[in-house]
Amino acid sequence: MKVLVTVKRVLDYNVKVRVKADRSDVDLANVKMALNPFCEIAVEEAIRLKEAGVATEVVVVSIGPKAVQEQIRTALALGADRGIQIETDTMPESLSVAKLLAKVVEEEQPGLVILGKQAIDSDNNQTGQMLAALTGLAQGTFASEVKVEGDEVLVTREVDGGLQTVGLKLPAIVTTDLRLNEPRYASLPNIMKAKKKPLDVKTPADLGVELRAHTELLSVEPPAERKGGIKVGSVAELVEKLKNEAKVI
Amino acid sequence: MSEAERESMEFDVVIVGAGPAGLSAAIRLMQQAQAAEQELTVCVVEKGSEVGAHILSGAVIEPRALNELFPDWRDLGAPLKTAVTEDQIYLLKDADSARRIPNALAPKTMHNDGNYVASLGNLCRWLGERAEELGVEIFPGFAAAEVLYHDDGPLKGSVKGIATGDMGVTASGEQGPNYMPGMELHAKYTLFTEGCRGHLGKQLIEKFALDQDADPQHYGIGIKELWDIDPSKHQPGLVLHGAGWPLEGDTNGGFFLYHAEDNQVVVGLIIDLNYSNPWLSPFDEFQRMKHHPLFRQYLEGGKRVSYGARAITKGGFNSLPKMTMPGALLLGCDAGTLNFSKIKGTHTAMKSGMLGAEAVFEALAAGDEGSKDLTAFTDKFKSSWLYDDLFRSRNFGPAMHKFGTLLGGAFNFVDQNIFGGKIPFTLHDTRRDYAELKPASECKQIEYPKPDGKLSFDKLSSVFLSNTNHEEDQPCHLKLKDASIPLSINLPKWAEPAQRYCPAGVYEVVEDAQGKRFQINAQNCVHCKTCDIKDPSQNITWVTPEGGGGPTYPNM
Amino acid sequence: MATLIIAEHDNSTLKPATLNTVAAAAAIGGDVAVLVAGESCQAVADQAAQVAGVSKVLLADNAAYGHQLAENIAPLVAELAKTAGFDYVLAPATTTGKNLLPRVAALLDVGQLSDIVAVESADTFKRPIYAGNAIATVKSLDAIKVITVRGTAFDPVAAEGGSASVEAVTAVHDAALSRFVSEEVAKSDRPELTAARVIISGGRGMGNGENFALLEKVADKLGAAVGASRAAVDAGFVPNDMQVGQTGKIVAPDLYIAVGISGAIQHLAGMKDSKVIVAINKDEEAPIFQVADYGLVADLFDAVPELEGTL
Repeated sequence: MKVLVTVKRVLDYNVKVRVKADRSDVDLANVKMALNPFCEIAVEEAIRLKEAGVATEVVVVSIGPKAVQEQIRTALALGADRGIQIETDTMPESLSVAKLLAKVVEEEQPGLVILGKQAIDSDNNQTGQMLAALTGLAQGTFASEVKVEGDEVLVTREVDGGLQTVGLKLPAIVTTDLRLNEPRYASLPNIMKAKKKPLDVKTPADLGVELRAHTELLSVEPPAERKGGIKVGSVAELVEKLKNEAKVI
Repeated sequence: MSEAERESMEFDVVIVGAGPAGLSAAIRLMQQAQAAEQELTVCVVEKGSEVGAHILSGAVIEPRALNELFPDWRDLGAPLKTAVTEDQIYLLKDADSARRIPNALAPKTMHNDGNYVASLGNLCRWLGERAEELGVEIFPGFAAAEVLYHDDGPLKGSVKGIATGDMGVTASGEQGPNYMPGMELHAKYTLFTEGCRGHLGKQLIEKFALDQDADPQHYGIGIKELWDIDPSKHQPGLVLHGAGWPLEGDTNGGFFLYHAEDNQVVVGLIIDLNYSNPWLSPFDEFQRMKHHPLFRQYLEGGKRVSYGARAITKGGFNSLPKMTMPGALLLGCDAGTLNFSKIKGTHTAMKSGMLGAEAVFEALAAGDEGSKDLTAFTDKFKSSWLYDDLFRSRNFGPAMHKFGTLLGGAFNFVDQNIFGGKIPFTLHDTRRDYAELKPASECKQIEYPKPDGKLSFDKLSSVFLSNTNHEEDQPCHLKLKDASIPLSINLPKWAEPAQRYCPAGVYEVVEDAQGKRFQINAQNCVHCKTCDIKDPSQNITWVTPEGGGGPTYPNM
Repeated sequence: MATLIIAEHDNSTLKPATLNTVAAAAAIGGDVAVLVAGESCQAVADQAAQVAGVSKVLLADNAAYGHQLAENIAPLVAELAKTAGFDYVLAPATTTGKNLLPRVAALLDVGQLSDIVAVESADTFKRPIYAGNAIATVKSLDAIKVITVRGTAFDPVAAEGGSASVEAVTAVHDAALSRFVSEEVAKSDRPELTAARVIISGGRGMGNGENFALLEKVADKLGAAVGASRAAVDAGFVPNDMQVGQTGKIVAPDLYIAVGISGAIQHLAGMKDSKVIVAINKDEEAPIFQVADYGLVADLFDAVPELEGTL
């Protein structure tokens, strides 16, 4: 079974976000970019499936400018077999990404597609679900465990208040949550080998997808600074306020 | 980790540290190899998560070495975009007043015509891209954790390469679920370019007694912030330097404020680490300094974007150790090539890397199998402008230490402007920085004002802006030779100065129900190395944490 | 204008998150219909009909919808949106809503706005990006706007006072792609940090790890998760998976109680999106008080047991 994994290039999670002075967007000039942590978990899961003999090939795909090849190479260094870059000038919106990925799915015919549940920049949490809709496949989102059994994949999902396990008919779409696995480190020899692994570059036109905007970003601002509230004189007063004023207990 | 389990890889040259020296060396090696149409394998390991992540400098950069490395650097898009337009030098008299020193009275080395205000981090990112284009293998996120030596045969005792640190080791020292053993990187020649107080460089200096004919090395700590300021106050290319308040007594140092591009300024303070008052806190000196009208005029209404700190090797010519040893070279600030009279180390570090590359390539091209003591490097160094640059300013630092900022400044004016740095005698400064600390009881306690949250800030919110992170579950990378010393000796005698000299709040003496504890918040560490230098008991050894940890400086 | 809201429920009770979503719909304006899709969920429909501001409840009661499988419910919602002429489809930004709505949006060939925190106009919304470290103002260009709503950003409407009609929806979509296998409701009253509605966290002021038992007692009463500041983790009081603010542990509960935490910025960055912050600290100057809605200057070893006793 072939496994397709998607990776996104995002601002490194250690780097503090800074809004541009003109409020048009966040400032990404000269800041460290990295593989989206949820995508890294997706790559790890795919590699584990290969190591377990379930997957035969791991194909990694990313969308964006040439720089995203760095993240594809990272995934290849971790153990993916080959890469596909769909070259675009900017990072497209989720639905466009899903449409491009749907074409890749059509071409590659993977048994399983694993995506991060969300990217830590846009925090949308959409692409996997949209891809599932466009391909007409089942979706197992927020996975904390993935088990392939016969023609079905059992996905344990992290839902509010607990865990839910669903059985999905293969091929299927899975999105990863934090606790699915702990990704490995890439070793130096594998980083060097990754440079020689195949990486195809395609354009949206090659895939016959026309990108269309569904939203317009009007402005970005830093979050409002939180202001201090009141001091209470006693525990009794605190509990009374939480019950009757804030209504949170 | 037993060496038997470690894999190894072979290169012609391994370079430790992707700073200006290491990257310039890598690039020069490849340029020569391509010109000679020879195969050469060069690898650079870098402990930062990316090239530039751990780089922090002023910086006003003299492009002399870059001109030699890439004569067409402007066309290639090197990030030196803001030419210095004006130099201003001030002596701060007190918290409110400053005297501008006429440029004619300032040492010539302090003039910056033809230099650029730039981010050294961004220059390194650019150099890293060029190096990769030339075929250099750069491995960010891999820390060189130990030096490897040939242990038998004719090469016995020579440097064989380095080993990267193990990854995925837990705090208790066990192998975690994603454990990955370190890797041995063997080379014909290994170039150590770790920057100031490199932890391997320190071992090499000791093992090969590289400093036996040199004065003790001297250091400073530089603390820097990057600010977005009101565009109406911004004058790209304006460069301010000076000294004086708030430093007093035998504490030497100087400040800088540079107007860079995009309505940003950088502001910083460098304090010599031979200060004697254990109550001194470089961080708090810097924070209060920014309230002076000279800085306030630019910073007020602005927003602080980033923060960082790094030790500086500033002993210069007199403290420069031997830079060659069998199988390896020690280059850039790892050796101490910074020119303190110019407060610049980029051009000299780059040049030292290029000279090292030339010596190594010539040897390899002539069929050298490696592991030699490349004395040819020393000849190249002595006949280079780098040597001349450093020789001329050899008295600058010692004069400041001996005579203080004012008289020392006068000496330096005479030395640099009248004798061109060739005054016919040499001043020496022979005491180690850490040994200068006086007992706390003999010194005045310093009351620092509380930060106002607008111009001045506390340590933790500052470290926050350095984007510092370390994998939580790993052994502490700040090793105490004797865990009892902080409380048994340093606390009673010097009021444990680590609490104050560390600019990142790593060290704390905490008192709770069980009594006093010395706590090390290793996760905060910005890799400045000040503790390794200044601990009066020389009890703290800085070692590399898991690769990729540490600050993630943007535009610093 | 008409809005369709996907009710959050467990086939027997309507979850409060639905009420916050109705509030967001009210901010947009127009008619509000609620879809209750489930199995044997008439009771939920009856509750939804009571909700203030709801004009119509659509009840799709079928085994195919029993476990909220997106493969089955998404086509139902997309069909309703198209045929019944809804301009907006809203759901709470819960794991159920997040699982379902993007699938709906893709079926409708429109984008989706996730986790909105404010309604600026009929087509413009604010939403957090970069884990809440920036707020984007986004305009939707689509005819049907599909949106998930962050509950804490909208005060819930009243659960009662409305009198909507309940209409049955008979369309059945069973994609036969997925099946429900099992469910494991979090056993303890101690939820995961990132999913908890209430969090009580201890800092270095706790003194040692054993004293965290004081917090656990309060947590048991509130169904809260127990967290810790980095200082407490660094001091070795508790393991680092309890640390609020570390990778992936950005929390935004309804109530965050900080006990003996000074409020270093790293910690604040990890919890500043909490709806209500309470600080208990004996140091009146502690920075945590600058962000706390309710501050109590007191010795935690007196205040915390007293708090437990009062709850």
